[in-house]
Amino acid sequence: MKYGLLAILAVMAVPGVAQAQAVYPIDRATILSGAKFDFKIELPKIIAQKDIKVTINGEDAEKILGGSFSYIEKEDGGDASSLIIRSAAIANAGDYVVDVRAGDFSKTVKWSVFGTPAQKQAKNIIFLLGDGLSVAHRTGARIMSKGNVEGKASGRLAMDDLPAMAFIGTASTDSIAADSANTMSAYMTGHKSAVNALGVYASRAKNTLEHPKQETIAEIVRRNTKMSIGVVSGSELQDATPAAVVGHTRRRADKAELMADFFNVKPEVLLGGGSAYFLPKTTAGSKRKDDIDYVTKFREAGYVVATSDEELAKAARETNTGKLLGLFHPGNMDVTLDRKFLKKGTVGKFPNQPGTVEMMQAALNVLSRNAEGFFLMVEGASIDKMSHPLDWERALVDTIEFDKAVAEAQAFAKTHPDTLIIVTGDHTHGVSIIGTIDDSKPGEEMREKVGTYAEAGFPNYADSDGDGYPDRVDVSRRLAVFANNFPDYYETFRPKLDEPFVPAVQNEKKQYVANEAYKNVPGAVLRIGNLPKDADTGVHAVDDVILQAQGPGSERFRGYLENTDVFRVMAEVLALGSGSLVQKAQK
Amino acid sequence: MLTRRNTLMGLSSLIVSASSANASMPELTFEQLYDTIGVLGMTLSGRVKQLSGQRVRMRGFMAPPLRAEANFFVLTKVPMALCPFCSSDADWPSDIVVVYLSEKQTFVQSNTTIEVEGTLEHGSWTDPETGFVSLLRLASSRFRMS
Repeated sequence: MKYGLLAILAVMAVPGVAQAQAVYPIDRATILSGAKFDFKIELPKIIAQKDIKVTINGEDAEKILGGSFSYIEKEDGGDASSLIIRSAAIANAGDYVVDVRAGDFSKTVKWSVFGTPAQKQAKNIIFLLGDGLSVAHRTGARIMSKGNVEGKASGRLAMDDLPAMAFIGTASTDSIAADSANTMSAYMTGHKSAVNALGVYASRAKNTLEHPKQETIAEIVRRNTKMSIGVVSGSELQDATPAAVVGHTRRRADKAELMADFFNVKPEVLLGGGSAYFLPKTTAGSKRKDDIDYVTKFREAGYVVATSDEELAKAARETNTGKLLGLFHPGNMDVTLDRKFLKKGTVGKFPNQPGTVEMMQAALNVLSRNAEGFFLMVEGASIDKMSHPLDWERALVDTIEFDKAVAEAQAFAKTHPDTLIIVTGDHTHGVSIIGTIDDSKPGEEMREKVGTYAEAGFPNYADSDGDGYPDRVDVSRRLAVFANNFPDYYETFRPKLDEPFVPAVQNEKKQYVANEAYKNVPGAVLRIGNLPKDADTGVHAVDDVILQAQGPGSERFRGYLENTDVFRVMAEVLALGSGSLVQKAQK
Repeated sequence: MLTRRNTLMGLSSLIVSASSANASMPELTFEQLYDTIGVLGMTLSGRVKQLSGQRVRMRGFMAPPLRAEANFFVLTKVPMALCPFCSSDADWPSDIVVVYLSEKQTFVQSNTTIEVEGTLEHGSWTDPETGFVSLLRLASSRFRMS
């Protein structure tokens, strides 16, 4: 979460704009044939255009890229020149060597452009993204939902039966670590990028919206096919993961601006939170700084608008335009534990929010009417949003809900076997399950009630109504889940039944200190953090993500893949390479 | 420029005057701000419209400001874990009140409840220095630990 300051410092470390020269797309980029990208050359000083020679495989770059250079003598007023071709594309698959010579400077980068088969291998793709989904979330959800007797799971998660599997590397162009912006962006564009960035390479441009763009799969689908597009998330729709399906910005916080990218692509189905960014600033509750009314704009573009679970089900049944906008919360929607069970959070104000499964059913209902097929992205957003503040019960219950969405996808694939299902995280968290916490163990100190090895035994969650969720999470012998990284906080060893956990708050020195609200919880102990004091919550892990899949093309997910390779599989399966320029897949 | 001692003296006199004025001054709570809260917008309450232009008291938490000594800060119903100005992942809750101070006061721990006294204003307003858009404001305000 706290990448913002680091990123700013990294930029500030270089005086002025002059840096070592850069070429975007970067060295070793893999690019879909015909996909659009911005080609940018950043030079370390002012160099006249006539002194810059750019060739690709020895030929004129403008000819290969299908566009003309714009020359910027002094980019952003600094003493350095740049050359840009917007919306460039390379038609033919193959290896490309880009050679830049400018005065004393020279730089060479290599790209690999891949084609795709001429015929689609799958009609539909359902891409399910569990934000922050780590191994502990899966294990915890399985134990909580199904139980474990004498060492064998008493039931399986839906995702346990997805046959194809791969380890996914999530590292960034600027770091081994990553956030939900650039990881989802890598899946959606096939290009790596920097922490905080969506659909762009992080260049030296000062304007966050003017960095070299990478075309997203939704944009390619829209430009190249008659398929439908769906985006479903329990977070704000402008949040990093859903926004990466369509968006382009160096800073994910440009939420108001990302609305323009949604309206440009116009996914047929758009369901989630974040209505505040759809409202003009004059409407109370708006988070825009302008007068654009996106609810009206989408209505005028033929969308039926739903704002509650009932309206959603009705609109999905009755829409005859095939366009559905569902907005159920001004911000992030409430998590499953609050929405379905505890009625905490903002459920009192917004009691009629649908869950991820209901949103997905509505989306499949509408999208499956298109004979040309669809690309649907479904996010389990709050696995991450509850793992950051170390609220493990909320994170695990949301993992169970996400798994029910996976089951829904599998049920759809039974009647639509030409559907590729991909289930993956975007990054991981530093979380592990180490045993149980047993209130019946003797002693006052809560740490003495932590059972490890044989002392852990089995938790006593029950699911008497068989809905797949534990009847209650505050059982007397519950999972002991801990993060390996944290700010200062009070460990209570208990579920937070009132509100989602807020482990730390900022003090007058802008340092995060333990939230005093938990100091007097019986048994609470202060844990001194192991993160820098500007860390508000737990952070993402660098550990690999596990991806699972089923359906046509899923056999290509095996071993270790970069997150950008996932885009390639999807592009191949949907035959998104450009028309006559398509060649046989290289893998 | 105020010296530290002057600032402290000024603060203590503010606290005295604030507490003496409290009894007659109407109190506005976060629960009283909106009549309806919906996905497609909220409507301001009759009480807000009725008290608009008057001096009122509000209790809440001070969100971490843009700068340690800014002339406005955001008053929230519950302590903000994250600073939305600093962290792009966080966002303000919808029921916030922006407090413009009559004199600069130093940020206090966001763990602590404060009581603010100021002139209630409503309507969309963009802060000229920061571009921060607010709907509800307390103008010419001062605050104290509660």
